[in-house]
Amino acid sequence: MSSTEVSTIEELTNKEYKYGFISDIEAESLPAGLNEDTIKKISAIKGEPEFMLEWRLKAYRHWLTLTEPHWANVKYPKINYQAISYYSAPKKKPQLNSLDELDPELRKTFEKLGISLEEQKRLSGVAVDAVFDSVSVATTFREKLSELGIIFCSFSEAVKNHPELVKQYLGSVVPYTDNFFASLNSAVFSDGSFVYIPKGVRCPMELSTYFRMNAANTGQFERTLIIADEGAYVSYLEGCTAPQRDENQLHAAVVELIALDNAQIKYSTVQNWYAGDKDGKGGIYNFVTKRGACRGVNSKISWTQVETGSAITWKYPSCILQGDNSIGEFYSVAVTNNLQQADTGTKMIHLGRNTRSTIISKGISAGRSNNSYRGQVKVARRAENARNFSQCDSLLLGDKCGAHTFPYLEINNPSAQVEHEATTSKIGEDQIFYLNQRGISTEDAIGLIVNGYCKEVFKELPMEFAVEAQKLLSISLEGSVG
Amino acid sequence: MLEIKNLHVNVEGKEILKGINLTVNAGEVHAIMGPNGSGKSTLAQTLAGKQEYEVTKGEALFEGKNLLELSPEVRAREGVFLAFQYPIELPGVSNTNLLKTALNEIRKYRGLEAIDTMEFLSMIKSKMKLVELEQSLLSRAVNEGFSGGEKKRNEIFQMAVLEPKLAILDETDSGLDIDALRIVANGVNKLKTKDNATIVVTHYQRLLDYIIPDFVHVLYKGKIVMSGGKELALELEEKGYDWVKEDKVLL
Repeated sequence: MSSTEVSTIEELTNKEYKYGFISDIEAESLPAGLNEDTIKKISAIKGEPEFMLEWRLKAYRHWLTLTEPHWANVKYPKINYQAISYYSAPKKKPQLNSLDELDPELRKTFEKLGISLEEQKRLSGVAVDAVFDSVSVATTFREKLSELGIIFCSFSEAVKNHPELVKQYLGSVVPYTDNFFASLNSAVFSDGSFVYIPKGVRCPMELSTYFRMNAANTGQFERTLIIADEGAYVSYLEGCTAPQRDENQLHAAVVELIALDNAQIKYSTVQNWYAGDKDGKGGIYNFVTKRGACRGVNSKISWTQVETGSAITWKYPSCILQGDNSIGEFYSVAVTNNLQQADTGTKMIHLGRNTRSTIISKGISAGRSNNSYRGQVKVARRAENARNFSQCDSLLLGDKCGAHTFPYLEINNPSAQVEHEATTSKIGEDQIFYLNQRGISTEDAIGLIVNGYCKEVFKELPMEFAVEAQKLLSISLEGSVG
Repeated sequence: MLEIKNLHVNVEGKEILKGINLTVNAGEVHAIMGPNGSGKSTLAQTLAGKQEYEVTKGEALFEGKNLLELSPEVRAREGVFLAFQYPIELPGVSNTNLLKTALNEIRKYRGLEAIDTMEFLSMIKSKMKLVELEQSLLSRAVNEGFSGGEKKRNEIFQMAVLEPKLAILDETDSGLDIDALRIVANGVNKLKTKDNATIVVTHYQRLLDYIIPDFVHVLYKGKIVMSGGKELALELEEKGYDWVKEDKVLL
């Protein structure tokens, strides 16, 4: 690497976060601190039924017995859980009949993010449940969906309007005892999305939620629950951007997916939360528990994620393959730049017979970042003919970043076939020069190469999301060649 | 079109080119020949803008502009094309994608609008025929899994699409069998106009049976030691490079 190229890289790496602005909406927040009273207040503000409060309190009491886990390959200062405010809602809580009634400030925020709801509405076939901080403020396309019996609403509404479904499925994939952050989420979760697709229904549009964190020092504790009943199909998109902050913001979401017999869930994420500045100041801590249960025979769950943001990511979207012939898939692109740290991967737990899983993980590290893939494939004793294929590729840009792979295999049935492939590569300066010589700038050259590298994952994303993901990737990596 | 004056180039601190002078006009084909290590590829790569190659003295003007001050991508947009001796593999990047991106960058630089997709597709299909490439190569990743001959033909195909003013072919004949050589040479000949120029860098005379040069220059130890017409290539073929070396001693 020549010194000229290195300095170009450094120059280009100094791009500021494009979505760093703070919208001026008065927030209604609880004071910082966490105790049983806080939880009772959250539950009361949300007008929850008794069972919900009970569940939250049980989770809280369990959480008190746990200690923060530190096995991941990430480093961060100690989090003071008493310094966090556990609830923040836009003050005006409108009941909207149409988007015209949306708070203009709020709408401006969405527009700055380039995801104006009007635009989203025009994008045929995308229903948007916009989560602004903690409360769902606008839901579109709901009528059309309800004709098919599909429920797509905020978690709070589901608790009120469909308590039997919530009661039956909440915590059935990620119990409140699961881990430190999942317990915390169970105790204090503010809102999130709820989806139920009835038997035999194929959801005719991509369901989409854009998350956005706003009020300063507000921990975000989203809870998403998606149930695909027998023979149902749904594709769900989650997209995130967060404004620039100096204080670190904790985000500990829980996502639970349940696929019954012959059902299929496709869950796609494009995550672009604020990663902190180039010195590592600020940024989101993203400690998420995402898990899907292929409960029925022939069911299928696919996770596709493109992770470019957050200061620290700790995330393992997983599949529990309970039903015979069920299929789990994980397609991931994780990008880290500057001082970002990511420890992400998946778990494929094979319990049923003839279960199959595929893991395609593409890690891209630039700057002084650290990118770890951590994946577990477990085949239970009764899981005859289980098959897994894992491919973990790491791409390094520059020589100050790190890529690590931690595969864990636990095979208890001799009929299992498990394959693992791993590669590590660098973008060669000869590749850059070749593209330069064809008239393409270094930035665009990296974009081309990286997008080519991620092709296998991008092709799993719905069309409009794939385009967004490619753009995001180019923005995140601008100039970080090595 | 191109005027090189007293060009000195260091590679890793060692002087490889020691004062090159060369003038290329529109409509001309120049062949640069020379034994291994004489600096042929260094000259080609320096003109394309390879950053590791440090110009210590001299200049290169391209249509009156100081070429050496321009970044490699700007040189390309100005109309300088290098057919690589070892074309680079770009996994996951399709040929079509590369060509469309490159072409639109060049068009943008020249104040033209991005090319219409349908127009682009029919254009590249007709250009593929020039070098007898299979259409299936379009959707494949650039040079990945290509045979040696396919890689070289792909370079000429890219050249056909990008329509450079000055094309530099760096050992395009190396590793080609006689059929591939003929195809590549045919492609180059068909692309020749009175407005563009070609520099053919080669070790062997055989490519020049197909691409007839207007001028032949012999590069030895970083200097052009002999220049002449196409007959010089034949003389070289007959007598070998030792002849140049001896001659050089006499000079």
